[in-house]
Formats: sequence, structure tokens, C-alpha cells
Amino acid sequence: MSATGAIDGYLAATVRLATPLAFAALGETIAEQAGIINVGLEGIIIAGSFGALVGASSLAGAGAGVATGFVAAALAGALVAAVFALFTVVWRAEQIITGTAVTLLGLGLTGTLYQRLYGAGGAALSIPTAPAVVVPGLSRLPIVGAALFAQPISTYAVVLLVPGIWWWTYRTQAGLALRAVGENPDAARAAGLSPLRLQLGAVLAGGVLGGLAGGTLVLAQVGTFAEGMSAGRGFIAIAIVALGRWHPVGAAAGALLFGAASALQFLFQAMHWSAPYQLFLALPYLLTLIALAGLAGRRGAPAALGTRPPVR
Amino acid sequence: MSTTALRRLGGPFAGVAVAVLAAVIVLTILLALTGYPPGPSLLALWRGSFGTSYALTSATLVRATPLILAGLAVTLAFRAGVLNIGAEGQLLAGAAATAACGVGLGDRVAIWLSLPVALAVGAVAGGAWAGIAAWLRQRFGVLEVISTIMLNFLAAFGVSWLVRGPLQEHSHIYPQSPTLAPALRLPHLAASRLHAGFLLAVLAGLVIAWVIRATAPGFRLRVVGANPAAAALAGRIAVGRTTTGAFLASGALAGLAGAVQVTGVTYALYENLSPGYGYTAIAVALLASLDPLAVIAVGILFGALEAGAGAMQRDAGVPAVMVSVVEAVLILIFLAPRLRLPRRGDGAPAVAGDARIA
Repeated sequence: MSATGAIDGYLAATVRLATPLAFAALGETIAEQAGIINVGLEGIIIAGSFGALVGASSLAGAGAGVATGFVAAALAGALVAAVFALFTVVWRAEQIITGTAVTLLGLGLTGTLYQRLYGAGGAALSIPTAPAVVVPGLSRLPIVGAALFAQPISTYAVVLLVPGIWWWTYRTQAGLALRAVGENPDAARAAGLSPLRLQLGAVLAGGVLGGLAGGTLVLAQVGTFAEGMSAGRGFIAIAIVALGRWHPVGAAAGALLFGAASALQFLFQAMHWSAPYQLFLALPYLLTLIALAGLAGRRGAPAALGTRPPVR
Repeated sequence: MSTTALRRLGGPFAGVAVAVLAAVIVLTILLALTGYPPGPSLLALWRGSFGTSYALTSATLVRATPLILAGLAVTLAFRAGVLNIGAEGQLLAGAAATAACGVGLGDRVAIWLSLPVALAVGAVAGGAWAGIAAWLRQRFGVLEVISTIMLNFLAAFGVSWLVRGPLQEHSHIYPQSPTLAPALRLPHLAASRLHAGFLLAVLAGLVIAWVIRATAPGFRLRVVGANPAAAALAGRIAVGRTTTGAFLASGALAGLAGAVQVTGVTYALYENLSPGYGYTAIAVALLASLDPLAVIAVGILFGALEAGAGAMQRDAGVPAVMVSVVEAVLILIFLAPRLRLPRRGDGAPAVAGDARIA
């Protein structure tokens, strides 16, 4: 393969691998801006993947499989997020511990239901998937063409979400209210806001986006479901949120960085460079640790992140 | 024993009894909902966990051993307000170091010396792995929740590389380390697969209970975990040093769990050495109300659940992963304030998160 071909492919792989992470990290950014850290994101993503499988295969014959798949993925993510929100926002339980339980719950329930519904043999590889939407002309651009203009619909959606979420959080009253709750829920309540409603909304929005992350994995990438296929992406997304300084644009940039590090394995294969493959698998995690240390920890975090919501 | 002492013991153990009951109820409901026959499935679970003395010693207690040690690791950290989610990685680091030590020592050293050395090396490695997160927290303010999760993944990839690289067995066919020499294996108890590591785990639980309850470092740990600001204001307690110490000790215990697993069960390092013991340990510690003695009991309960799940899958075709759902629901029951048992202040874990994250 030529060097330019390899780089085209590398950039395309970067964007592909970054897409689910960007969905999940954007959702987690919203929740954390409201002061709620949701470590259950991993369970939400796998629920989204399973929802996508069920949704897509149920209407596969009618030709609407991909659309119902994404809707079901979003619903499944929101459902798991609702469990998390019930405990942390309504009952004010400890967030990290609840999140750990919700992750276990998501992984366990999807695994159980999958084996129950599809048997030990697993689901067929025949569920409909989202095809690449090729933008005429632009996709032929050198280097970035394939990466930016020949991607599945979910990638375009997440690209549009970044400015959308930024505008909403930093340019609207509702966004200001959300961030106020994340900084100081008591003051926000004294100012007449409802921390309960804002935090519930933020966690559920995070659940929808986390579910879509899982849906993207199934419907735009793998084409089927496998137990535990979220493979730690929820935890990576939480790291990306900190890496992106709790800002939607930062989250997208962090997802791209992670995608780029993960895609290195394909570049090395294409160029016939050899190195232990575990190094490439480990690289994104290593980079995150170094980046978090370099960015000096919590600076930029919502002040009330992880604390219990105020007593009502 | 005085009545107060009995009551103190009764608190967390009443929780354990409720946990057993809740586990059975949750499992029955889950089985019924997913369309598996609850009766035969639960019977298979019982046979595979407590039903025979073989199942008890060779399955349940063998699985309980790493859960108790890692559960104690989580307990120690959480009591100090350190949210160490990294027991899994620390366990793997300990297992890898012990396996490497075993390759180095071979059969040349007597068991009374080589075995303690191998176990100590594992504990030190676990402590060092936790030390990375402790340092990142102390020096750069990196949340340990995130750093320990990242370190879990790094440890798993590290093991994967070791068993295909520097630590691969001599024929270079299988992705595992060479089998440990007999001098590096924990002795078995009676005629079962149960090894002396179980006694070590119980002993560790007793020692940690005593340290937390009756020593000066234990007192500092409890104060810092309950209210770090007050501990700092009082002036006599170095908060940073106490949390770092608890973090390192926690890592060492998880590392010991890995070392015990290698010297007592697997005799070699390989991938998937731990089916998530480090994560399950969080559930164990929480259900034990962060009480070291109750960790032993809950560890055995969870060991039984995991052993029984295997039997349930074999005999009744129930997916073993269903046990994760039971564990998750148990944690949620523990958390739900309206369902929670009244607890004595002694075991208060409630602020573990608040104190640090805030």
C-alpha cells in the first residue's frame, strides 16, 4: 500500500474509532456539567448495543432496521441511565458505587438476555447496518476525504452534536442553569432553579448519547452484538471528559486523540512496521494518564462534581 | 463476650444474612423472568456451592480466597476515603510479579523461604501498581477513580504481553508462563483443591480488623476517611500521608490476592487469570459495610455464588453471567436508603465518596 493510501486509511480509522467514544463522552460531559459523575456509562453503552441488536433485527424485514436500531439503542441507554438517576439524583446515593453497580447490571443483563434470546450460538450476522454516506466530490479530497466525507450517518450526527451541545450549554439559559447546578447546587436552588430536574435531565441525556454510542458500535461498525463488546469504552469516555476539561469541544478532541492512538495499530500493519500489538492497545490508556497528569487533575471540573445533590 | 461486643459483631453480619436472603430472592425472580426453571437452577447452584464438602472446599472457598483479599483491599482504601477501583489491576500486577519471581527462583530455594518471598513480591508489586495512582493523586490531583481504571486496562495488556513475550513458557506455544516449581506452590488443605491461601485471607481479615479498630494508624485512617478537613484542621494527622499509606496497603493486599491465585490455583500466569475478582471485590466490601470481618463472610457468599453459577450453567443451562446481575442488585439494595439496614457509626462508609470527590 502506498504511504498516502495508508494515511488516508489511518485517518478514516481514527474517525471511525472516535465516533462511539465521542457520543459517550459528550453525554458524560453533560451529566458531569450538572455535577453528576456516571461511572455506569459502560453499562449504558452495552445496553445501547443490545438495544440496537433487538431493535434492528425486529424490523429488519421492513427495511427500517437501522433506524429502529438507533432508536432502541437510545431508549436502552436512557433506561439504564434512569436506574442510575433514581439512585443518585433522587435518593442521593454515592455516585461512584452506584455507577459500578449499574455497569455490572448492564453487562450482566445484556449477557443473560443475549444468551436467552439468541442461544449459545449467538445472533446471526444478518442485522442491517448503516452504510457509509459518501458526500459526492468532497469524499475524493486527498487525505481527509475518506475520513470526513465517507462515514456512516452516526459520525455526521456526532459532528453536528458538538457545536449543538456547545451552543446549548454556553449560550442558552437552560445551559447556564445546568452549569450552575454543577458548580453549586445549593446556590442554584436558592436562585430558583431545580437541581433535581436539571440533573435528571442531564443524566438521561447522557444515557441517550451513551446508548447511541453502543448503537454505533453495532449498527455502523461491527454488524452484530457480542457480550461485553463495549470493552471499556465507557471508562475511556469518562477519562476523555476529564481530558477535555468538561467542555464538549474538548470531549470531541479527546475522542479523536483516543481514536488516533487506537488506529495506530492499523497504520503499523499497513506499513509493515512491527511492535507488540498490546503496546497499541495500551497506548490510549497510557496517553490518558499522562495527559491527565499534565493537565493538572481537577482544574476545570465542575465544583460540585460527584457530591450528593442537595436535600430537598 | 460482652453484649456490646456481640452487637458490634451483629451489625455487619445481620447485613450478610440479609444479603444471602436477598441474593436468593433476586436470583429466583431473575430466573423466573428470563424463563429458566427456578427450582432446578437453584438446586444446581446449591450443589455447586455448599451442597457437598467437595463443592464447599474445592469450589466455593477457593473462589472466596481472592475475593476476600481483594475485598479487604477495597475496604481499607474506602475506609480512608480513597476510591480505589483498581484492585483488578493491582491483583494482576501481583500475579505477574509472583510468576516472574517463580521463574527466577525455580526449585533452587527451600519452600519455607521461596514461598514467602514469592508472595511478598506479589504484594509489593500490587502496592507499587497502586502507588502510581497514589502518586498521580498526590502530585497532580488526578482522580484515582479514573487513574485506577486506566491502570486496570494497562495491567491486563501488560499480562497479555508478558505471557507472549518475556514470561512465555519454554516451548513458546501457549500464551502462559512456565508452570511454578513445587517449592513455590501453596500447600493444599485436606484432600481438596483448597489451599493455604484461604487461611492467609482469613488471617488478613482478622489482622486488618484489629488494625482499624485498635491501633493508631487505624484511628488516623478512620478519621481521615470520615472527614479529611477536620482531620487536617485538628493538626495531628497528616492527611496526605495517611491516604497514601492506605492506598499502598490496599494495593499490596490486592497484589497478594494475585500472588495467592498464582501460587495456590493456577501455578502459572495467563490472560483472564482473574474473571473480574477485583471488580467483584468492590461489591464484597460494600455489602460487608466495609467491616473486615464481614468481608470474610461476604467473600465466602460471593465465592459460593460464582461457584454455584458455574454449576447452574453446566446443569441447568443458565448463563453464569446472571450472577453479575445479582451482585449489581445487591449493591443497589445496599445503597437504596429506604431499604438500608440501620448501621452503627463504626462501619460508616457513606462518606467514602463525598469526602474525596468533593
